Amino acid sequence: MSNTRAPAVEARRLVKTYPGGVTALNGLEITVEPGTVFGLLGPNGAGKSTAVKILTTLARPDSGSATVAGHDVLRHPDRVRRAIGVVAQNSGADPVATGRDNLRLQGRLYGLRGAALDRRVDELLERFALSGAARRPVKGYSGGMRRRLDVALGLVHRPEVLFLDEPTTGLDPEARTAMWDEIGRLAGEEGLTILLTTHYLEEADRLAERVAIVDRGRIVVAGTPDSLKGELRGDAVHVELRTALGESGRALLEGALGGLPGVHEVVFDGPRISVRAEDGAAAVPALLGALERAGAAVATATVARPSLDDVYLRYAGRRYAEAEAGSGTAADALVLAGGAR
Amino acid sequence: MSTAIVQTWYMTQRQLMVFARQPAYAVITLIQPVIWLFLFGSLFKNVVALGGFGTASYLDYLVPGVVVMSALASNLWAGMGTLEEIQRGTLDRFLTTPASRAALMNGNVVHNGIVTALQSAVIVLLGLAGGAQYPGGFVGVVVLVVASVLLGTVFGALSNALGMLVRERESIIGVNTFLLLPLTFLSSAFMAPDRMPDWIRQVARFNPLDWAMVAGRSALSADPDRGAVLLRCGALLALATAAVWLSIGTFRSYQRSV
Repeated sequence: MSNTRAPAVEARRLVKTYPGGVTALNGLEITVEPGTVFGLLGPNGAGKSTAVKILTTLARPDSGSATVAGHDVLRHPDRVRRAIGVVAQNSGADPVATGRDNLRLQGRLYGLRGAALDRRVDELLERFALSGAARRPVKGYSGGMRRRLDVALGLVHRPEVLFLDEPTTGLDPEARTAMWDEIGRLAGEEGLTILLTTHYLEEADRLAERVAIVDRGRIVVAGTPDSLKGELRGDAVHVELRTALGESGRALLEGALGGLPGVHEVVFDGPRISVRAEDGAAAVPALLGALERAGAAVATATVARPSLDDVYLRYAGRRYAEAEAGSGTAADALVLAGGAR
Repeated sequence: MSTAIVQTWYMTQRQLMVFARQPAYAVITLIQPVIWLFLFGSLFKNVVALGGFGTASYLDYLVPGVVVMSALASNLWAGMGTLEEIQRGTLDRFLTTPASRAALMNGNVVHNGIVTALQSAVIVLLGLAGGAQYPGGFVGVVVLVVASVLLGTVFGALSNALGMLVRERESIIGVNTFLLLPLTFLSSAFMAPDRMPDWIRQVARFNPLDWAMVAGRSALSADPDRGAVLLRCGALLALATAAVWLSIGTFRSYQRSV
């Protein structure tokens, strides 16, 4: 039905504003190649969930267009719904019903019947290690079991494109690792395209072949995790001061570091300074020396290989954890406007 | 069309299963009708002496009123279930499947209808146990149950629509508190129309609750007025259809706001 060479997901200039003037998406563009895992990365409130809601036909954008599995989400939502599996943040398995009953109902809604339905349900229960709990009500499940059931619900009709919205949020580390393994296995399956949203940098780094960083409703950068980290060239040296530097201190420091070989860039972020250097360890003594001359008291200094956190800092101009904390007000406004979340 | 009907049945089954797994809830919903039936029934026992009740036993008069009032009271909470499904993410999950929108809403309607029918039948039996008489016989009871299911559908669908639109528990609680007693007392539930103050009698004529009670009461009497019964049941059916249609329409507004 759909041309296999066409993108599995394509979004063009998506804009969505909630009542009350909260802009959730501001011209978002993404392209996901078929058979790949694509990570949409960003802090809470950046617009990831809104993007997923539009791509899964739940919400309508104010403007822009999108196709999923070759079907237009606005013109042919029914065709899109047949082609996709959705694992939302709360995917709402019925707590009073058993795991098996939840799966059976989900399968029936996609038109599975009789022996085919029984077979598929058993297969999924087995695969997600839920066979033993299949006849127990879902309200007695652990967080990890519930999440596995959610993923199984999304896969019941063998979708072409699977949406995983924050698949490991709220899971303990052990359950999270298990879920990562499971998603990794899914990704290897013939032809399945996965669009994953996450606010864990580590998660995107580990699972996604391509990532796009969303900040304030737009994509700020996209590429493979390695290419994004590669663009940063070299190590990151992070120094945290007891107090932020003044203008003159900054100028002095920039002057001192600018002369060093292999130092590419210096980013000031409050009391934190991030320096990118070919050889991080070698840059540390010079950096600390310059800071001492500037009269700044150093609290911590670390050298790290480039991470997606550094990519985020570079493109969104803020440190990731800070954007997370700062997104509180926007997220709250969304809760007020959107009701459910 | 047939898929929509099959899917409606799946959705109905799902909800009936929840109901069946919580038997205590079913018993609790019957406490109020029992209080109305037997406490109110004994307290105002002698009111029939005023005349105009069409029966010598107040309990006979009271049963249709309590049946219809209970149908209203239980269906007004339908929106809470919808709200819970929205908050849990269940509704969104169904909305991203090819399931028909009408089936999602009608599953609620059919489920509420079945529960209302059971509840009404139990109240009729409780009345019988308490000494009420139903000269209209089985057909009369069926008419009363149908009328109370239709009335329940009107308010159940409106409550669902409210849950979809406002998505706040407080609004549903507020609206229910505001509607339940005025609608009940501005009807012929407890007092014969002939003995009501004129203005209440006039208001009651436009109260769908009253239509269901009058239809049920007439059908249960020794000499039912077929025309009056059909007219009121027809009006209830029209209202119920409109309310369900409206509630299905709220999916559009929900889609805009998520």
